[in-house]
Amino acid sequence: MSHAWLERNSAFLLIGIILVIAIGGIVEIAPLFWVAGTVEKVTGLRPYTPLELEGRNIYVREGCYVCHSQQIRTLRDEVERYGHYSLAAESMYDHPFQWGSERTGPDLARVGGKYSDQWHQSHMADPRSVVPESIMPPYKFLFATALDYRDIKKMLLTNKEVGVPYTPEQIDHAKEDLEAQADPNADGLDAMQKRYPKAQARDFDGNPSQITEGDALIAYLQMLGTLVDFKTYQARAPENRR
Amino acid sequence: MNEKLTQPAADAATQQAPWRFDHYFVPLVIFLGLVASLIEAARSPDPRMVAQAWIFGACMAFTGAWYMWMYAGRQPLDEKRQYAEAVIKAGVGASMFWGIAGMLVGVIIALQLSFPHLFYFADQPWTNFGRMRPLHTSAVIFAFGGNVLIATSFYVVQRTCRARLFGGSLPWLVFWGYNIFIVLAGTGYLLGVTESREYAEPEWYADIWLTIVWVCYLVTFLGTLIRRKEPHIYVANWFYLAFIVTIAVLHVVNNLSMPVSLLETKSYSLFSGVQDALTQWWYGHNAVGFFLTAGFLGIMYYFIPKRAERPVYSYRLSIVHFWSLIFIYIWAGPHHLLYTALPDWAQTLGMTFSIILWMPSWGGMINGLMTLSGAWDKLRTDPVLRMMVVSVAFYGMSTFEGPVMSIKTVNALSHYTNWTIGHVHSGALGWVGYVSFGALYCLVPWLWKKKLYSNALVEWHFWISTLGIVLYITSMWVAGIMQGLMWRAYNEFGFLEYAFSEVVLAMHPYYIIRALGGILYLAGTLIMAFNLWKTIRSGVPVTASAPIALVAEAAE
Repeated sequence: MSHAWLERNSAFLLIGIILVIAIGGIVEIAPLFWVAGTVEKVTGLRPYTPLELEGRNIYVREGCYVCHSQQIRTLRDEVERYGHYSLAAESMYDHPFQWGSERTGPDLARVGGKYSDQWHQSHMADPRSVVPESIMPPYKFLFATALDYRDIKKMLLTNKEVGVPYTPEQIDHAKEDLEAQADPNADGLDAMQKRYPKAQARDFDGNPSQITEGDALIAYLQMLGTLVDFKTYQARAPENRR
Repeated sequence: MNEKLTQPAADAATQQAPWRFDHYFVPLVIFLGLVASLIEAARSPDPRMVAQAWIFGACMAFTGAWYMWMYAGRQPLDEKRQYAEAVIKAGVGASMFWGIAGMLVGVIIALQLSFPHLFYFADQPWTNFGRMRPLHTSAVIFAFGGNVLIATSFYVVQRTCRARLFGGSLPWLVFWGYNIFIVLAGTGYLLGVTESREYAEPEWYADIWLTIVWVCYLVTFLGTLIRRKEPHIYVANWFYLAFIVTIAVLHVVNNLSMPVSLLETKSYSLFSGVQDALTQWWYGHNAVGFFLTAGFLGIMYYFIPKRAERPVYSYRLSIVHFWSLIFIYIWAGPHHLLYTALPDWAQTLGMTFSIILWMPSWGGMINGLMTLSGAWDKLRTDPVLRMMVVSVAFYGMSTFEGPVMSIKTVNALSHYTNWTIGHVHSGALGWVGYVSFGALYCLVPWLWKKKLYSNALVEWHFWISTLGIVLYITSMWVAGIMQGLMWRAYNEFGFLEYAFSEVVLAMHPYYIIRALGGILYLAGTLIMAFNLWKTIRSGVPVTASAPIALVAEAAE
């Protein structure tokens, strides 16, 4: 067959290119949306609390993903260093995903609960004060910046529109829930923890006078990787083999 | 390179100007952009959006004023010539500017990782690595690389089609619009506006703007192809067209997202988790495949034959490697996600196609290198040609390294390490950088009709930057493999041998060597900028006409 009919007609060439480049993407990506078992069935997973979501926004804003992965691979040393390998389910509410591509710093997929809030405060304010070898930038300003959460309800709503199952109740109480999580003495604490099981609530940044960006970021980090109940998760069950 | 005025154009200048869609369309786009930015600036509650709106509005006002000055009541001189060249000259200037800026940011962030106590400023969040790194990648890939691609494609498509650029002033909208997108994206990163999708970080409004600009680019390019006076479309244009079309598809799909409000910067991506990850790396890998490969292969297919004064080695190989390259590249994305939560079948498919990809890649390399058949002696005398040939050699090297790294067992070691950074830079500095420099060294004398100011300075550029590349990639190979081995090292009791921080410490000398490599590469680019500047300002005019465009002999 002659190639001339393609290289003598720009419309044919254009259509030919589009057809050829469409195949790979369709075959690889489309099935992920409907093949059963792409995302495992797990217990314990819930959408982010409003404060955690704000923390996640800051994580994205500061480009943390540039140096920190959130994806533990199925390799012995990674599982021993960071914990159970990451499940697809664990990032199913992540818009966008934060798996990362580099480990200039360590993986953070299961950093939740590994360090105290105080460690995070000191580490982010001046990383080299707690880890002398660290090459991380300082994030002292997070603790001096009040969290702007005027839009928290809209943030939850937008997440719901792209598929995160926030309930109308969660959306309505977004602002109270955010404030309750950052204050251990808040009235709305029980209601918040009912709406978001296992949510940790305390003054994360050690500064009770205001809710700062530091509060939100530490709340997010302290939750990372702690939600899925691995006692009930059976990696070898047929539905979880992918 | 015909200096004389074409007859219809000369007539049009003296008579009543005919109606032209671009005289209405371009100002309309600028006007709507200005209106949108003023609304955002006035109404947005988001300080970041207000800052972005003012920046965009200022750019629109500037472009509008420039357009009026250029087109109101007159026809620019450039339009009376056979080929549009002013917009290409502007693209060459923008390429040089962004190249230096992007590489400088690269040097700064390399120094940050080497000497964190010196190069971080606790009170200036915008100077942090997390915000500067996307600035570096976008500035070198999209600002430098993109301007080179737009400028060279405009040059090549006109010469090989023997037709003037389509759209009158539309190419100018492509040029200004694209560079305004860069400004919007770059200032956004520093303000903390990002979608966190690697190499696609700009937020929704910048994405929409880029989509408009890119469609104009496609229309300009395709329109020029359609009005060609050559029966065949030259092979360089196949690659340029594949680059433009595929980038459009990738950009739109990967950036699907829902803004929190039309008055705010923040948006949430339509996809999440594993689906989002594969969509992003389908995009990410093909940004490499189509932006950094197909587009620059277009440069290779025009500038190397032209400079060597030899025809392309094999027409048949051009066809085979073009179609196989664009077909196979698309499948390779999952190799960024090996051993992750991506289903195994997708990982295996990605790895398999990545290995197959080696063949079409080397098809391109062979076609480029063998074009030198019978002209190899020119490598001794022409440093510009040597630079382009070395770029093809680097292309061959990194397209061999890539498939190796996508093998699962190799990737288990190399992923997340500095080896990846080294791999990227052997492609970016060696292939993309050198073939761009070669094209710019060709274009400036051709466009300004001057003799290149100094061949000796090209030699200096070549050797200094080659030393820089060697330092960069060797230090990152050693650092990456060491990093991977240290992470997985076990001691005699069966425990992990090294804490993460010990591995960070071990990287220190290699980070310094890498920064040094980057400084040398930047120094080479500065030498080039000086050389090109002197060529334009004080070079000796060339009176003899430049060689006529090579057009592929169609073998049917």
